[in-house]
Amino acid sequence: MTSPSMREQAGPGFVVELEKFSGPLDLLLHLIHEDEVDITDLPIAKIADQFLSVIADLGLNQAADYLEMAARLLRIKAQMLLPRRLGDDEWEDPRAELVRRLLEYQQIRELVDWLGHAADVRAERFGRGYEAPPPDAPPAPLQIDLNDLLAAAERVITLIPQPMLHRVVPRPLDVEGATARIHALLAERETFGWSEAIGPQATLVDVLSTFIALLELAKRSALTLSQPEPFGPMVITRAIPREAA
Amino acid sequence: MQSLAKLLEAALFAASRPLTLEELESLAPSEGDVSTALDEIRQNYQEDHGVELVEIAEGWQFLTRREYAETIERAQFALRPRRLSPAALETLAIIAYRQPVGRLEVDEIRGVDSGAVMDKLVERGLIEVVTRGEGLGRPLLYGTTPPFLEILGLKDLEDLPRLEELSVALRRPTPVDEPE
Repeated sequence: MTSPSMREQAGPGFVVELEKFSGPLDLLLHLIHEDEVDITDLPIAKIADQFLSVIADLGLNQAADYLEMAARLLRIKAQMLLPRRLGDDEWEDPRAELVRRLLEYQQIRELVDWLGHAADVRAERFGRGYEAPPPDAPPAPLQIDLNDLLAAAERVITLIPQPMLHRVVPRPLDVEGATARIHALLAERETFGWSEAIGPQATLVDVLSTFIALLELAKRSALTLSQPEPFGPMVITRAIPREAA
Repeated sequence: MQSLAKLLEAALFAASRPLTLEELESLAPSEGDVSTALDEIRQNYQEDHGVELVEIAEGWQFLTRREYAETIERAQFALRPRRLSPAALETLAIIAYRQPVGRLEVDEIRGVDSGAVMDKLVERGLIEVVTRGEGLGRPLLYGTTPPFLEILGLKDLEDLPRLEELSVALRRPTPVDEPE
């Protein structure tokens, strides 16, 4: 009764089942163990079919490593079907490479058992002030003096490739046009608001151009900028021609 | 115990990691034979003590006896380290035996991409880049570190099982009684 709902709770089989096998070789070994077949004389057709059906069942047929192995198995299966002449010395067992890898991997699995056991035994003894390794080792605190830092900065700066400096995105800002427009407004009126400066239906570029032009003109003392209240609209006022003390 | 043994005992007690023979020798360069003194401490702690002196990770360290693991852990005075995943152990096994070894070879033997696992192991300090290979792009080659020996409780890499000792070939399961 509970098993179907529990299976649903376990979520999509993809992630869960991936952890069951650490890779296509692991899955192959599992199948070989299960069938109790001789690894050096692999019944490749049978194993290939089983491999394909298992990865389809487990949803692993999306995973590249498993797909690659599936393709390899099918190729070997096809090669095994090719007719060969009796007493052909040139014939190489198409399974040889796979068998070599499986044997090698089998050895690794044995080592994994050994290492896992060793780690478990070791974990039963505590050293002084022993702490489990932190999930993410924090970087060691920096200890440098200013000169080292400056020297490092210089090294980094000299390493910056020159062409990078020229890769400037063209900015279609029209500061000159905005400046001319503001000058025209200033000639007409002593004071006006931000919304009049940017004009009706201003684009983002217009806003930016006008803002830069205003700052530039303010710097040149052609006008003053003020904001009577916090967050209120900006007021632009013509500067008095004589020098403001 | 002789005075050198007492000094070494104090140093080993204070340290929270295994101390190497060189480190112990540097404590008292002219006091006598450190190995003999270590033997004396070890024998001293063989019985009647909850801790023992263990040779581990090319050094020496006081460790609690295994039989107290559960009690200590239950009391939360100390935590067991997180267990290594099968993928991590596979990768460690390959690196331990093939070192120095590159990422490509590890991938090849495991049949899966091992980049993320290796990054984690580097982060945990269990493996490190030891040199660069000769091949295309001079690949980084990895080896195991002293902390690797430490988490496995190994004296040195010689403590790993010899490959000849493993029952390499996977054959039709025939009941074989392994001689002890």
